[in-house]
Amino acid sequence: MRGLSSTSAMGVIALAAIQSTVFAQGTFDRSKPPELGPPPRVALPPILTRELPNGLKLLIVEHHELPLADFVLLVGSGSTTDPASKTGVANLTATMLREGTTTRKSLEIADQIAYLGINLSPSSSWESSTLSLHTPTAQLDSALSLFADVALRPSFPADEFERLRKNRLTDLLRLRDQGPAIANLAFPAIIYGGAHPYGAATLGTEASVKSLSVADLQSYYQTNFKPNNSTLIIVGDVNPAQIEQKINALFGGWQRGNVSQPTYPDPPKAAATTVYLIDKPGAAQSSFRIGSVGVPRSTKDYFALSVMNTILGGSFTSRLMQNLRETRGYTYGASSRFDMRRNAGPFLASAEIVAAKTDSALLEFMKELNAIRQSVPASELSRAKRFLQLQLPGNFETTQDIAFQLVPVALYGLPLDYYNNYVQNIEAITEADVARVAQQYINPGSLAVVIVGDRKSIEPTLKAINVGPVVIRDISGQPIQ
Amino acid sequence: MKKLRLLVTLCTLIGSALTAASLGGQATPRIQFEKYTLPNGLEVILHEDHSTPIVTVDTWYHVGSGDEQVGRTGFAHLFEHIMFMGSQNVPVGAFDQMLEAAGADNNGSTTEDRTNYYENLPSNALALALWLDADRMGFLLPTMDLAKLNLQRDVVKNERRQRVDNQPYGRADETILAALYPKSHPYSWPVIGSMADLSAASLDDVKNFFRTYYAPNNATMVIAGDFDPAAVKKLVAQYFGPIPRGPAVKRRTTVPAVVIPRDKFIVLEDKVQLPRLFYTWPTVKAFAPDDAALDILALVLANDKNSRLYKKLVYDLQIAQTARAFQESGKLDGKFQVDVTPMPGQKVADIDKVVKAEIANVIQNGISTRELQRAQNSYKANFLNRLASALGKADQLNFYNYFVGTPDYVQQDAARYERVTAADVKRVAGKYLGKPKIVLTVVPEGKTDMMLTAAGGAR
Repeated sequence: MRGLSSTSAMGVIALAAIQSTVFAQGTFDRSKPPELGPPPRVALPPILTRELPNGLKLLIVEHHELPLADFVLLVGSGSTTDPASKTGVANLTATMLREGTTTRKSLEIADQIAYLGINLSPSSSWESSTLSLHTPTAQLDSALSLFADVALRPSFPADEFERLRKNRLTDLLRLRDQGPAIANLAFPAIIYGGAHPYGAATLGTEASVKSLSVADLQSYYQTNFKPNNSTLIIVGDVNPAQIEQKINALFGGWQRGNVSQPTYPDPPKAAATTVYLIDKPGAAQSSFRIGSVGVPRSTKDYFALSVMNTILGGSFTSRLMQNLRETRGYTYGASSRFDMRRNAGPFLASAEIVAAKTDSALLEFMKELNAIRQSVPASELSRAKRFLQLQLPGNFETTQDIAFQLVPVALYGLPLDYYNNYVQNIEAITEADVARVAQQYINPGSLAVVIVGDRKSIEPTLKAINVGPVVIRDISGQPIQ
Repeated sequence: MKKLRLLVTLCTLIGSALTAASLGGQATPRIQFEKYTLPNGLEVILHEDHSTPIVTVDTWYHVGSGDEQVGRTGFAHLFEHIMFMGSQNVPVGAFDQMLEAAGADNNGSTTEDRTNYYENLPSNALALALWLDADRMGFLLPTMDLAKLNLQRDVVKNERRQRVDNQPYGRADETILAALYPKSHPYSWPVIGSMADLSAASLDDVKNFFRTYYAPNNATMVIAGDFDPAAVKKLVAQYFGPIPRGPAVKRRTTVPAVVIPRDKFIVLEDKVQLPRLFYTWPTVKAFAPDDAALDILALVLANDKNSRLYKKLVYDLQIAQTARAFQESGKLDGKFQVDVTPMPGQKVADIDKVVKAEIANVIQNGISTRELQRAQNSYKANFLNRLASALGKADQLNFYNYFVGTPDYVQQDAARYERVTAADVKRVAGKYLGKPKIVLTVVPEGKTDMMLTAAGGAR
């Protein structure tokens, strides 16, 4: 049936209205939301810690709901350790782990992954490189032996590297197709500049990728992939004593080494708010990345910033989402975040905005970035705090969820009772805290406004609203020669 | 992100399961459940799981983009957005505010076949989710107005821009659907719809759609997680019981035949650096006899470095950057797609020769036992992962309930993949991929001469 006649449809609705009225007078009043009992007590799983003689730290959480286990080998070095002219080394080193070991060829590794029905994925980030294994416990021993082989005995075959290099260069070429990807690269390049590792492209540049050799990757691996620079997170249907034994047998022979952490220059001082426009001719939407250098993960303001950002752009009911999407319909989604790392990572607000509303949207962004510095109503504060506190149990539902939660514990040295104290730490945040951190860390007078879009149509309107000077940049965020 | 998911097909997501099998012997756990139906026709499925103090409410309305009328493509999904805009007792904005204050995450999604809405929240807040869902099921229209429609129309147009128009190769899918299916076929237009049709949607459309499809007798609600069944049944009866049954929904059970008499070559210009080739064959709907073998064939052709097309094109010859294959099967029909992105400077004609040769090789010589096992084991392992979360289980119960009529179909589904033989894969390769197809080349703007043509090469 494709539709109702209007008569019968009206009948349905009238009946619904009557039912509602009758019910409102009956046993319960539908107009009032139900009273909820107290939130469930959350018993977070205990985290066992071990350390092998070679310095490899283990974080073990038992989770016996399903016959599954997750392992995350977290090496405490990533792209920030890339030599300046060799960006992309950390990323390609991680990628190459699966491309051959001293006893297995690339195709054999792929064959075993599929045959065992496991996921075995390397990745790298700013300050870490990871190798993740997700496996049914029925395959545990075979999976772990493959995992250890890939982690400890990569052979970096030259032919596989040449293939990956070609593929990476093609990835970099294809980035030009995507406005959001261009914005993601240009924004950190602009706020951190060329001298700071957070300003570099983790995937590398065309020039750096072309210049890399297998020796660069081997050298990166041998310097940084050391047990005393690593933590192995283990979550799942395992017995701690038995798994420790297995890990000791597989990883115990891994040799220690001296690993030095990179030094970071101070990021450049933020300029007065400037609009950096990158041309993407004909783009249907303008990609917005607005922000500045933020804070390190170790900031004492972590909880206040979490609450403040939840209100600003960290949830669906946040101000940016409500204003730009649910009030004005300029976008499918707007958000903000503080990307906290060992050093001060970026604060950024972002959205994909319909091209014709680029100027109006920027004014609304600026309005919200100013408004958050004023006082926050108690109801909004309370909702944000409940949202953060009450989502906690859901973050510990599956083995993969739990492993994910343990990564910052290992990477930033958070205390083991960090999550146990999370609720009360959020609870302690006051309106004054929120106002203080908003005023301290969000400075509407010194923001980088990176917009990737159709220059011809949006440049005149961006100039007209005069939020800041409009500067044209290339797709890497660099001045155009 | 909120209301951001727009699943195009379910089978590739939920289509696999396993029983005790050749490898590992890990049996498929059953999902215990209780199913009952309220007098107004609302189906309720309960699954208890007290391992984490959270609960999921996942409601499937049995309507999707395939139910849309000509000139109103994208409406089912636009309607999904409107369902979050408040109802008689829930002011605009309050739906999400109340849920977030209770620690919930919530969303909805639309496919060709169905629309779902879920809340995932701490177990103390279950009553809130039920109250909100009952209000929008029973009392959406009293506060519905053009402002709500217009706002979400703009949001959905931006969703389309973000997913389709501003996305490299984003318009390939709708171009293929239009070429593959006759106009009267419910899968011939994309779930997101066209800009013109989104513009045309009226407040009357909203009201008629709600009255036609959003009645309790056209929905199934799964509650999965940490709850007390007796208490929940009382709440469900209280909140949902008074909502009146709607007229019976006449469900489409057949679709027009899809006939491709000979290979059809089409081209689409896009803002891309590299062309991409898309091959699409009509196949079968989800759970049809050949569906599982086609799923296995997709993995054999393009899943990892050892799969046929990927290995030849990306790994050995290195003339392509990506190669993918999938059987996409919905409730009413299915298609098999292969797509390949050439490396810079490579001709689509050379890619095409390899694709043809590799498919012909499977059709003529079949696949090895090892290839079959790898594909089956990959399917097998994925199944356990779907049982890890309350939401995953809720969606699985709903999926089987709607597609095959019983929530408890996990083990039968697993058995489908276990039963597939190498001979089946060879047979379905010939039966479907040996037939005429739609060949779309997406080319950089102004370079239509790069398209693949019937002559077998780029002009």
